[in-house]
Formats: sequence, C-alpha cells, structure tokens
Amino acid sequence: MSTSEAPTRGPARPMPYVIAGILLAIAIIAPLLVPLYARADPPLFGLPFFYWYQILSVFIEAFILWITYLIVIREDNRRRAAVRTLPDAPHIDSSTAAQK
Amino acid sequence: MSAAILGLAAAATPAPRPVNGVALAVLVVIFVGVAVMGFLASRWRVKPAERGMKSLDEWGLGGRGFGNWITWFLLGGDLYTAYTFIAVPAAIYSTGSVTGFFAVPYTIVLYPIVFLLMARLWSVSHRHGFVTPADFVGGRYGSKALSTAVALTGILATMPYIALQLVGIKAVLEVLGLGNASNPLLADLPLIIAFVVLAAYTYTAGLRAPATIAVVKDLLIYVVIIVAIVWLPSHFGGWGQIFQAADAKMSAINPATGKAVGSIIPGATSMNAYWTLALGSAMALFMYPHSITGVLATKSRNVIRRNAVLLPLYTVVLGLLALLGYIAIKAGTIPVGANGVINPQLVVPQLFLDNFPAWFAGIALAAIAVGALVPAAIMSIAASNLFTRNIYRDLIKPDATPAQEAKVSKITSLVVKFGALIFVIAMDQSAAINMQLLGGIWILQTFPSIVAGLYTRWFHRRALLLGWAVGIAYGTISAFNVINPVTKAHFGGSVAVIPFTDIPIYIAITAFVINAIVAIVFTLVFRAVKVKEGTDITTANDYGADEHDPKVVKVTEKVKWLEPEPDSPIV
Repeated sequence: MSTSEAPTRGPARPMPYVIAGILLAIAIIAPLLVPLYARADPPLFGLPFFYWYQILSVFIEAFILWITYLIVIREDNRRRAAVRTLPDAPHIDSSTAAQK
Repeated sequence: MSAAILGLAAAATPAPRPVNGVALAVLVVIFVGVAVMGFLASRWRVKPAERGMKSLDEWGLGGRGFGNWITWFLLGGDLYTAYTFIAVPAAIYSTGSVTGFFAVPYTIVLYPIVFLLMARLWSVSHRHGFVTPADFVGGRYGSKALSTAVALTGILATMPYIALQLVGIKAVLEVLGLGNASNPLLADLPLIIAFVVLAAYTYTAGLRAPATIAVVKDLLIYVVIIVAIVWLPSHFGGWGQIFQAADAKMSAINPATGKAVGSIIPGATSMNAYWTLALGSAMALFMYPHSITGVLATKSRNVIRRNAVLLPLYTVVLGLLALLGYIAIKAGTIPVGANGVINPQLVVPQLFLDNFPAWFAGIALAAIAVGALVPAAIMSIAASNLFTRNIYRDLIKPDATPAQEAKVSKITSLVVKFGALIFVIAMDQSAAINMQLLGGIWILQTFPSIVAGLYTRWFHRRALLLGWAVGIAYGTISAFNVINPVTKAHFGGSVAVIPFTDIPIYIAITAFVINAIVAIVFTLVFRAVKVKEGTDITTANDYGADEHDPKVVKVTEKVKWLEPEPDSPIV
C-alpha cells in the first residue's frame, strides 16, 4: 500500500465547511456589487462614499476571514486529532481505514 | 518649482533636470544597506551543513520554513509591487476610478480566494515535494503536455512583470534627475548597477534575500504612506477640495475622443469593467509563479490562511496610495520625464519630491525602488524554478540531482534578469506594459488546470489543454484588437465587449469562461470516446496533510513510516 493512502485527517463534518463556504462567498461577492457603493454620498471627511466605503470594507473583509479561519481550524484540528489520538497503535487504525 | 518644470517641458530642447543630491544620497545609502542584507541572507537560518544552497528547496523556497511574520512581509513585498505603487496612482491621476481604484476590490476579493485554495495546494506540494504549480499539474494529471503548457505560460507572464519592476526603478531615478545624460549607456548605468547587484545576491542567497529585504521595504512603505496621508490632504485644503479638483479634471472633455477624460466614480456603463477587472485580477494573481513560490515557502499548512487574514492591511496602504493620484491633481504636480514629455508614471515620485524635505523624499523614493527589487527577485526565482523543474528536468534531463537543479535554477535566474534588463533598455516601455497586460490574460488561462485539480480529478487532461489553448488564443486576439483612442495603437487596454453583446468587461474573464466551457464539453467528449486518462500520483489524503505528516517520497524510500512524529501539531 502506498503511504499517501494513510489518512492525514478523519472524516469531515459538513456543517463547519458549509458555514465557512457561505462566509467566503459573501467575502468574494460583496466587493463586486459595484452599484451598491458607486456613489458620492454620504461623504466622510470630504472623501466620497465610493472611496471610504471600499477602504473600510478591507477591515470588514479581514474580520470575516478571521471568523472563517477560526471555524475551519477548529474542524481541521478535530479531524486531525481523530486520526492521531486513537488508542496506542495509530498505525493499525491507519491501515484499516485505508483498506475501507 | 512646478512652474519651472512647466517651462522646461515647453522649451524646444529641454535642459537636463537638476540632480537632487540629498535625496539621491539617502537613496544610495538605503540601497547599499539592502544589498548587504541580501548577501548576508545566504547564511540566515541555514544549517552549516547546508551552506551553498544545494537544492531547490533551499535556494528556490528558502528552506520551506517561513513562519507567519516572514511570510507576511514576503508576500506583502511580492504582491504589492513597486510597479503597482507607481501605476495605480498614475492611472488615478490620468483617468480616475475605473482604471486605477479597482486595485482595491481586487486585493480584497483576492484573500477569500487565497484562503480557499492555497492551503490545499500547500499540502499536496509538501507531500510530494512540488516546487512549482506545473509540478502539481503534472503530478495530478500525469500529462507532460499540460504541465509544460502551465510552465511556459508562467514564464511568459512573469518576464514582462519583472521588466515592469525595472520601469518602477527607472521612474524613481528619472525624477531624481538621473537618466538624461546624452550618452545612452551612461543614462541607464544606475539601473544596470542596481540590477547587477540584485542578480548577484539573488544568485547567492536565493529566496532568503528578498525575504529579508522585504521587511525593510515594507516598514519604509508604511512609514512613508502614513506620513503622506496625514500631512498632504490638510496641506492642500482637505479631501473635499482635492476631490473637487479631481472632478474638474475628469469631467473635462478630451479633444481626441470627444468624451470625458474619466470619472471619480464609475458610471453605469463602466461598472461591469470595474468588477470584472477586480475579479479577474484576483483570480489570476495566485496563478502567477511568484505568488505560489511565496506560498510554498511557508512552514506549515495554515501559515497562508493566517496571512490571508492579515495581508489585507497592505490593501489599505494601496488604497491610500491610490488617492495620492488625486492629491497630485490638486497639488498641480507636473510629472515631466527626462525627455521633457509628460509621463503620468512619474506622478508619485514627483509629488514627494515637490512637497517634502529632500531627505524624506529620498526615503520615499528608496521605498519604491527597494520595493521593485523584492518582487523582481522573487519573480526571477519563480521563473527559474519553472524552467528547471518543468522544462530542464521533465523534458531534458529526467535524472537531474537536487544539486544540479539548484545550479540550473541559479543560472537561469541571471538569464531571466538580464533578459528583462535588455527588454527595458532596448525596447519602448509600452512594450513591457502591453506584455504585462497580455500576461494577466494568459496566466488566468491556467486557472482551470491548477484550481479544478485541487478539488476534483473530473476534468480530462486533454480537455484542459484544449481549453487553455482556446483561452490564450481568444485573449491574445481580443487584446490586440483593443485600439487606444488617442494613439491608435494596438493593445490599448484590457477591456473589450463580450462577443455578441455590447457589455464591456475584462478580456481575461471572457477568455476564462470560454476556456472553462471548452474544458467541460471536451471532458465529456473525450470520456465518451474513451481517450486515455493520465495517472494521478496524488490521493485525497495529500490535500489535507500538514507539516509533520510524512512526505510521500521519503516514505517510499524507507518503509519506516510509522515512527511517532517528533512533536505532534495537535493538543
């Protein structure tokens, strides 16, 4: 058997990935909806809305990605732990898992 | 000062610009400091036994050990290039929002895409020792034709990008009063010296050189931009007045086209261009070999994800820098080149020189010039890695040792840099700009092969190759057919109407959609007629592997793969 058949992670739970996927979709689509922000009013310190909104949205976007990161990492660690911390002999479990 | 320059521009034979001694001295000092750092980097985090950079992992990927901080600086320096810092404000200064400010949504949309894709690419590359995106495509689809196509596209798209970094340095030198000597060789001498030094320390230290220099460059850029954005607007009567001046310039009618010069807020007809430029550029950026080199140089799977959260800080800097283009309109900056002709690319360096003490202007210009060295180094390394792995090793010498690979890559990096240098010195600058525009369209055509492969093996290798070819052909032809309304030259821009409609959008997106449709349709066709599939050397497990998971190559060599890992990343 090839080494790369040994699982690196346990099975995924769909929910965290669905939520992360929705957050990423929002993060990708929102900045592309130009008609929503292509206007001058209301200005901030003399900057038209178009400009200050887009600079502000950088921070909103980073925040969304941070939340997504926390969700994905939590699930990733759980899946990894599912493979690694099985009682005493991880190799037996790995090989049986690979045979399935 | 600007009045004097205006006089200069009007004169029949322009007198040479005076050299700004103080600013030039500051620039030279920073440049020398950076060069010393570049050479010292060859010993940075290198075990004594590995001195001399004897493998591509060491030379071309910095030992594959960069953590969160170094990666943040490295990718910041890699993605936000000096040319961006020159060209974006220049575009804003000339025609306003659509051609320039799309860079902000572009570098916002970029990070969710990076978050989604790059951790998987890191994992599979780590497991199999892939150094380039073409390595991955070759391993995934078992097709040398497809991996060669991806490699060639990467090399061709990167070359003009390197040349543009030189254009960035040239802009700085021109504003400082260099580059207008009567002897053409002497005029380009400072540029040649700068590039020879860069080539020497990249050859010696590999990716570690730009990684260390990036730290200096980024700190300089942050300081400069904060000072500029705090001081300049209040000096010129606040943002309200700045935008009034900008609006007046943009709504004036250009006699050559009979239309307004530009607009400070995109109108209904240009909104599709705005968002497709942002999306297409964002999808393309991490297909460029230099971006992927930055990703594969990281230490573990999630460094790139953490960086996707933190890198947007550079987008804020880019947005503020873009606004300097409008400040320059209000300030009456006149960007006149060494030959006495107005060149918008000089607008930011000129703005700093006009409005700040010479020593500070020197720091600002040095930040831009050093900012050109970092991406130029990474790009030349990435292009060399592609050549070495996917042309030299795959097609010429399949049994090349790691030491031979490193040697070939080092030499190729010199060839690539001098190629770019000759390109910029011998040819018109607009040739480099046109090529870069084409490069962006081309590189997006590798997206289906690289990205679909990260998630599915559904696509047929021949269908992907066909889609790539059709996408490249369509993109090249329609970019050629864009005519500049003023100069009547070909390659006049990157926006064209979708075929059979009148909606103007970014050409790369149209080409990408055609490419994807061809790939899907022909996958079905080839599968129906049972054209042979290639061998996939990867498995589903490879795409989730992390730092301490055994590497596939290592394990096939010695079967002792069940040793407990040194320290498990979990707990």
